[in-house]
Amino acid sequence: MKPTIESFKQNARVALHDPQLQRALAGLPTGLVANRAAARARLPEFEDLRDIGRDIKDHTLAHLDLYLEEYERKATAAGAHVHWAATAAEAREIILQICRDADAKIVTKGKSMISEEIGLNSALESAGIEVVETDLGEYLVQIRGETPSHIIAPAIHLTQDQVEADFRRLHKNLPQDRVLTEPAQLVGEARQVLREKFLAADVGITGANFLIAETGSSVIVTNEGNGDLTQSLARVHVVVASIEKVVPTREDVSSILRLLARSATGQEFSTYTTFSTGPRRPDDPDGPQAYHVVLLDNGRSELLGTAFREVLRCIRCGACMNHCPVYSAIGGHAYGWVYPGPIGSVLTPSLIGVKHAADLPNASTFCGRCEQVCPMKIPLPKLMRHHRETEFSLGGPSHRYRLGLKTWAWFAQRPKLYHVATRLATAALGAFGRRRGAFRRLPFAGGWTRHRDFPAPQGRTFQQLWAEHKAGAPR
Amino acid sequence: MSDPFSGRPRVGLFVTCLVDLMRPSVGFAAVKLLEQAGCSVDVPAAQTCCGQPAYNSGDKADAAALARQTIAAFEGYDYVVAPSGSCAGMLKLHYPALLADDPKWSGKAKAFAERVYELISFLVDVRGVEAVEAEYQGRATYHDSCSGLRELGIKDQPRRLLSSVKGLELKEMADSEVCCGFGGTFAIKFPDISNAMVEKKTANVAAAGPNLLLAGDLGCLMNMAGKLKREGRKIAVRHVAEVLAGELSDPPIAGSK
Repeated sequence: MKPTIESFKQNARVALHDPQLQRALAGLPTGLVANRAAARARLPEFEDLRDIGRDIKDHTLAHLDLYLEEYERKATAAGAHVHWAATAAEAREIILQICRDADAKIVTKGKSMISEEIGLNSALESAGIEVVETDLGEYLVQIRGETPSHIIAPAIHLTQDQVEADFRRLHKNLPQDRVLTEPAQLVGEARQVLREKFLAADVGITGANFLIAETGSSVIVTNEGNGDLTQSLARVHVVVASIEKVVPTREDVSSILRLLARSATGQEFSTYTTFSTGPRRPDDPDGPQAYHVVLLDNGRSELLGTAFREVLRCIRCGACMNHCPVYSAIGGHAYGWVYPGPIGSVLTPSLIGVKHAADLPNASTFCGRCEQVCPMKIPLPKLMRHHRETEFSLGGPSHRYRLGLKTWAWFAQRPKLYHVATRLATAALGAFGRRRGAFRRLPFAGGWTRHRDFPAPQGRTFQQLWAEHKAGAPR
Repeated sequence: MSDPFSGRPRVGLFVTCLVDLMRPSVGFAAVKLLEQAGCSVDVPAAQTCCGQPAYNSGDKADAAALARQTIAAFEGYDYVVAPSGSCAGMLKLHYPALLADDPKWSGKAKAFAERVYELISFLVDVRGVEAVEAEYQGRATYHDSCSGLRELGIKDQPRRLLSSVKGLELKEMADSEVCCGFGGTFAIKFPDISNAMVEKKTANVAAAGPNLLLAGDLGCLMNMAGKLKREGRKIAVRHVAEVLAGELSDPPIAGSK
């Protein structure tokens, strides 16, 4: 996927003025946010589980090589073909080759952000393969030629009216006078259309929420069951997962699963949690004939020895974006690449370079809500600040900004001079602004006063008044 | 150490650059509240700003220089108290992180951090203040500023003290814990997104139907007051310390004289 991060500010402006998008985003506080709060309140040990989850992931990341090799051994023993991909291009090539070998005409896909990261759909389509997204949200996004705007709710930017219009436009073989006013009717229609694709698919591609070293299994969680149909009906099942998805044991998966759905949707558990280990065995009633796992690095191993190691704990629940006031204002597409919201603002610069994604770690007030809700306790604001440090060391953000900052810092480190300067500044501002109490316009503060007044200072500094007070003057 | 004559704990007031520059009345309200709570208060002249603008812009060198300057300025006080959760959070949590690799200063930063408190939580949690002598006739709503809330756990303390203000009815707004969109340099770098955030905030404030909006951080207060003023809403905005100290003679933030 081609990043559009460099136009982040423009993307955000467009998003802020998109009434459909704003209507769709308005549902977040009463939806996913309220649901998570209720789920957390029902589980007294939720906060303890966050510590446990963090520790499991930290331990795994500290011995990642070991657990990956163990996973490979166990998966291979169960009949899996394990492929290692250092880059997105390598992963695409491996999957393309698997599809070619299977003589695939139709590929169904379960939800996978890694497949978005490596740009899999367009690669398969260029090779003449029909790709069908089977997660309802992903399907909606695909038929509109868009990308997911949220990692667990890909079509959260759409309203029901838009979906109805798309279905009428696309599903031409269905009666034009059918009723599509209820969500259940829309889901029913998608199911009907997708069912044929599940049955016709040659290869089914899914992501993985976890890989288990102890058993060589991959785990997916879904609410629609589409992942199960994708991976069990096609002749070939391909799992594409990034390397940090591995955990040591089934017990570890159980612990983290208690956090995942609660953090994501507020459910106790997702509707479907599916463990798969290798292809169909001789006496299995169903399942794929071949089972491949493509393990993607794409820059992650380089984060292991750095402060950004912590971002590899992420289990992709989406809680950070649900609770982010910036995400809630502009939606996911404005972030300009695969991963939106706070996790994207940390992960994207880590993977593609701060230079190419400098706006993202800056687009945060550091309000801390993301870290507060993160089930893996990733210190997202701290890591965004680290990206800002990198940006500053590379000469950013802009010449004008640096000049302003350096001038202020120079004064702030000379208290006597600083107090004289602030005294003059506040006297001048106070004299002009005191009668009305605020400025409608101020030079050098155009961004502020475009939208709101700038309160006038009282006219004298505290230090000045305090000195007089100490000298005996009444205030 | 505590004052040898009175036995009162010695508090160094970290005024914060915004209170110093924009609204000294908040500083005097803080002094009054601290003295009422039995402290002897002093204001070191060698303080300027906590350094957050530099720290959050990735300029660690200047942020560390300001951290060292502030720590040095407040040597010898029992407590360092700031009328801001954001600045107190910077002093208490981020100075030790910022100076962790500085062998000369890391220990000092940790010892300093242990003495740092935000004003309202200091009054309640350290000084055991349960009520104030103040009066305000009207309905107020309280915004939980992010750093105070999430870094320092300030939530009940201001509400407890406000409940003792005669005549004041506290009406909670929806989403009082959601950021107002100020974020320091954020409001300058991303004015449009910041505006979308403060618009939601002022709508929630207005829906609570208050005469008065309160919070514990002047940055957030200036942002919300500026927006309310632009929207033409007649809601007064003040720092919570002003109401608790009964210091209401100055016009509210962005209010005309």
